[in-house]
Amino acid sequence: MAKTKVLERKPLSFAEKTFLPQIGAGLMTTLGTMFKKSVTLQYPEERPVIPDNYRGVPTLVKDPNGREKCVSCQLCEFVCPPKAIRITPGEIDAEAEPDRAHVEKAPKEFEINMLRCIYCGLCEEVCPEEAIYLQDMFSLSGYSREEMINNKEKLYELGGTVPDDHAKWDKKKAAEEAGNAH
Amino acid sequence: MEFLDASLPYILPIVYALAMISVFMGLCSYSVLAERKVSSWIQGRVGPNRTRIPIIGHIPIIGNLMTGLGLFQPAADGLKFLFKEEIVPGHVNKGYYMLAPIIALAPALTTMVVLPFGRYVDADGITQPLVLAHVDLGMLIILAISSLGVYGIVIAGWASNSKYPFLGGVRASAQMISYELAMGLALLPVFMWAAAPGSEYGMSLFGAVQSQQAAWTILWQPLSALIFLVALFAETNRLPFDMAESETDLVGGFHTEYGCFKFGLFFVAEYAHVIMGSAIFVLLFLGGWNFLPWLADPWSDGLIGTLLSIGWFMAKVFFMIFFFIWMRWTLPRFRYDQVMSLGWKILLPLAVGNLVFNTIIIALYDTFTR
Repeated sequence: MAKTKVLERKPLSFAEKTFLPQIGAGLMTTLGTMFKKSVTLQYPEERPVIPDNYRGVPTLVKDPNGREKCVSCQLCEFVCPPKAIRITPGEIDAEAEPDRAHVEKAPKEFEINMLRCIYCGLCEEVCPEEAIYLQDMFSLSGYSREEMINNKEKLYELGGTVPDDHAKWDKKKAAEEAGNAH
Repeated sequence: MEFLDASLPYILPIVYALAMISVFMGLCSYSVLAERKVSSWIQGRVGPNRTRIPIIGHIPIIGNLMTGLGLFQPAADGLKFLFKEEIVPGHVNKGYYMLAPIIALAPALTTMVVLPFGRYVDADGITQPLVLAHVDLGMLIILAISSLGVYGIVIAGWASNSKYPFLGGVRASAQMISYELAMGLALLPVFMWAAAPGSEYGMSLFGAVQSQQAAWTILWQPLSALIFLVALFAETNRLPFDMAESETDLVGGFHTEYGCFKFGLFFVAEYAHVIMGSAIFVLLFLGGWNFLPWLADPWSDGLIGTLLSIGWFMAKVFFMIFFFIWMRWTLPRFRYDQVMSLGWKILLPLAVGNLVFNTIIIALYDTFTR
């Protein structure tokens, strides 16, 4: 059996029974907090500091050379738990980018329904091309359901460009120039 | 001109009364702002700081300062109450439902008739109070009329015809009746001393203030002051005694079924009671317009002295209003049975004992100094 220690509770003194010293102490505490700096963030003017790896609105990003990174493999579409992502795969325009055309694919349309999205970040985790990122945007609003579906154009606009360590296409080009393609 | 001279005695009191009502209502709306600001400061928030009136609010520095302090907020609050849709629930007793907010506000506004708020020296060199009606039993009138305020709450609770307002109304009536006894008994010693044999001051509130020229009453009657203060909190239905509202267990208490301007009237009535209570506490225990606890009013006899006496009195009243707010955001609410036992088992016997004690002292003093 566990040892129990019964604590003796001292009877209240007369001053404690009147509650007046305690009320006085309470008043001093609240008076003290009155002169402290307020913790309020004046929201629309002041913005909170967003920590790294914050899971905000999912966005599509381009590589530093302005190429689409997404190859429309549709893994994110499959992994998305609330089925918020819808991808229509398409071909890369052969005239605009002769290097990549017929090698990779690109999404013809890429829609993320932000009314369904649960910001879980699985799409970012599963993406083999590091093309989809949950960035620091946290307030998204619209007047209609249609407005809340981010299309490809909007997603690239929100995403912008992120630094790319792999530089897949640059390496390929360098290898070709050195004479050992593939 | 002759007509003007003849009608002046009739017009002047009306002008004074209207002036006092407008000042008083202004105070009410700004105590609402004070409540919101002080509560937010105590809780580490900022409080209302966005409302801005077009022209005044855009004066470079002052405009921003006034906006930050929320000085335009009372106007916005009032207008909001005024322009909201007047909803009368279908199940209420319409006549009493409409009457209740008026009954709640009217007594608080009526009591200020006998409230002295400053002093002036008349042509004969006699100090006179600045008051709408200088009557000898001002305190009695205040006690009698302000206790009518409970009818507003009870009728509101009853006419709403639903359970939470009803419970709030019942609680309010029980609480106010209990604390009124202790309140009256706590006041008696003050007036007994002010009107003690050989004293030149009568039973009027003015007399009570003038008798504190040597020392404020709170210094030598701390028990009376304490009992009166606690009873005052209970009478104004403020925390820690807001049994009538207690929004955690009674939704909103007696005003649950009220919206828009009728709710606004209740709101103003609460603050009117707070201001009246503060003013009475200042008059009776904090020396009214007397300068310091041990110092009589040093104000000169002229107009400036009069204004200074009003200013000093108002400063004390503002402090008391702040104290009411400060207390509200410090203490939690009493349980209903604790309220009752505090009123009947502690405050009432204490008040009776205090009264008997003071009576004996006065009798002895009278016997031995004669």
